[in-house]
Amino acid sequence: MKRTRIAAAVLTAALIGTGLAACSPGGGAGGGAAAGSGSPADLEAALEKGGEITYWAWAPASEAKAKAFEEKYPNVTVNYVNAGSGVDEYTKITNAIKAGTGAPDVAQIEYTAMPQFYLADNLVDLSGYGFGDLEDDYIPGSWSAVASGDKVFGLPEDSGPMAMFYNKRVFDQYGISVPTTWDEFSAAAEKLHAADPNQYLTSDGGDGYFASSMIWQAGGHPFQVDGTDVTIDLQDEGTAKWTGVWNDLVEKKLLSPTPSYTDDWYKQLGNGQIAALISGAWMPSLLESAAPEGSGDWQAAPMPTYDGTAASANFGGSAQGVISQTKNPALAAAFVQWINDTPEGVQILQDSGSFPSTVAALTAPEFAEATSDYFGGQQVNKVLLAAADTVPEGWQYLPFQTYAQTIFADSVGQAYASNSDLNPGLMKWQESLVSYGNEQGFTVTGK
Amino acid sequence: MAVTVASGSKAPARPRRRPVISSGWAFVIPFLIFFAIAILAPVVYAIYLSLFRDQLVGGSSFVGLANYAQALTDPDFWFGVGRVFGFMIIQVPIMLVFSLIAALAIDSGRLRAPGFYRILLFLPYAVPGVVAVLIWGFIYGPRFGLVGSINSFLGAQIFTPLTPEWVLGSIANIAVWEFAGYNMVIFYAALRTVPNELYEAASLDGAGAFRTILSIKLPALRGALVITTIFSIIGSFQLFNEPNLLKPIAPNAITSTFTPNLYAYNLAFTGQQYNYSATIAIVMGLITAVIAYVVQLRGTRKELR
Repeated sequence: MKRTRIAAAVLTAALIGTGLAACSPGGGAGGGAAAGSGSPADLEAALEKGGEITYWAWAPASEAKAKAFEEKYPNVTVNYVNAGSGVDEYTKITNAIKAGTGAPDVAQIEYTAMPQFYLADNLVDLSGYGFGDLEDDYIPGSWSAVASGDKVFGLPEDSGPMAMFYNKRVFDQYGISVPTTWDEFSAAAEKLHAADPNQYLTSDGGDGYFASSMIWQAGGHPFQVDGTDVTIDLQDEGTAKWTGVWNDLVEKKLLSPTPSYTDDWYKQLGNGQIAALISGAWMPSLLESAAPEGSGDWQAAPMPTYDGTAASANFGGSAQGVISQTKNPALAAAFVQWINDTPEGVQILQDSGSFPSTVAALTAPEFAEATSDYFGGQQVNKVLLAAADTVPEGWQYLPFQTYAQTIFADSVGQAYASNSDLNPGLMKWQESLVSYGNEQGFTVTGK
Repeated sequence: MAVTVASGSKAPARPRRRPVISSGWAFVIPFLIFFAIAILAPVVYAIYLSLFRDQLVGGSSFVGLANYAQALTDPDFWFGVGRVFGFMIIQVPIMLVFSLIAALAIDSGRLRAPGFYRILLFLPYAVPGVVAVLIWGFIYGPRFGLVGSINSFLGAQIFTPLTPEWVLGSIANIAVWEFAGYNMVIFYAALRTVPNELYEAASLDGAGAFRTILSIKLPALRGALVITTIFSIIGSFQLFNEPNLLKPIAPNAITSTFTPNLYAYNLAFTGQQYNYSATIAIVMGLITAVIAYVVQLRGTRKELR
């Protein structure tokens, strides 16, 4: 008797675990409100009528934007929630959509994650509200991330053209001149690390988004998407160019292995042990807030190139979309338009140090001429604006890029960890992506 | 003919059945409702989910046992199972031996302030698991943390708790710290139930401290040992919080398939493969139940002897 009772307890305990892992109900296809219904006039009507919307975002300016919007339209209440950044937020949104309730009306979604949401019908097509006409308000690189065919699934918020940020104090101390090509960059990395084994020119412990952007700069097109047909080629010319430079750095242990965005990492950025970063236009404000010790030491310069021809890429950047579960799509759309398409909304973004996506903001003379104390009075935006003009066109992300990012460490990350050739890792990543994509109903071909 | 015999033989048995007292149900029903909603429904739903495959393109379709076939041949899954099995084999005995020694020491009556030590050892269990892992993350940080300071004091990277080679050991260390006090309390409670007369008799017979431990205390602890072992085994197989929280600071050492639970989580929440995730969870639940049951059988057999 006692035995069976314990056995039952054991079985129950084990099964509770099973149940918890499966407690996300739903199962069927995502919400169905994603129709291009409505008209531009609906937006005005919705604003007049007022109401309440929930807004999930993590960018520093998000709360200020919600407040400013409430001030402008007092009969609208915006419940701002920071539900975590990136994949943490997406997980919560996806769960809420599966559960049928609890999703926000408006959410911040990175460009890399837009396709996975709109392909699953989780975002409202805003073209019915006349958002298709807003195309010319944005730089093409950002617009292409929110639009698919005639449909518009959100409006771009910030953008992330890449540049090189470097610690001038460390460069001067070790007699390193600012590298303009990747060969010079490699040489500088070797020189710095040889001079002091605690010093690294840059850090990269393996990051799928970073690797993608580096391949982008090298002119590669490893991901090609046409509807549900996907081609993956992580051995294309651009990838080969990038690994040609990066393998050397990985194998000679010249990259700080400290994982990005951790306390260790910020500490090394602040004290100069990591002397340079190749990163997106959002990095200056992050440096300023997370590595304040480095103030006055840092400078921005164009990203090094392969052959002297200026080239950059995009790294990061977000949009706001209307989640299909919303009960008030017109009001949600009106909010998205106000925060991302009016001078007032975009100004709040700029005040927080983010790099906007609207043509109007980027071409304003005062934007280019703004100086930064953290960057020793340099006009950092000029460097970034030049970078934005040299982003190679035609780049595409996978319709399951967030998942690709999660499993990057399982394959390519292992090459980083063992300081070996990245190519076998990239091939393994590709294999996993091809089989995942096919399981998800895409037609994926690996080259 | 045979039919009549059968029904004829059954008939006399009927009056012997006890009448059903319907008022009993009123007492059981609240529990049954809770049981059905909180335990049966999720499990049934998980089983239901595991029979489908929901695709980003093409929606949901019934696939029968295809997910199970995939799980049984999925190297990522079995590698994770192997990892938590290895973790269990090493971590559980270390932790339980530590808890046992602590409980015996506190029970020995030779410590000056046993209550203080009891609280001290139990304290880590009161720290929420998430906070505990964050604390240990700071300690393990090769540059920022305590380990970083020790390494720089020694002038070399001696301790590398977050490398692929060591990270499982580092997680085991956290688990021991977290749960040793909890198990100690269970052991200690079992020891307190031993009647004092037994000790007096033992000391009259000339038994020393170790003889008392072997002949009185350890036999008294058998039941507690079985329970703590089963709980620890279940805990090992459900390893999730520690690796998930350490992943940001050790991204390459902790893969997305590091433990079966982490794998199930990543499948469901970043891969949107809810169905396959449910399958993995069910298979893992069954494995855990079988192993825990085997341990429990062995444990009670000893008890009967």
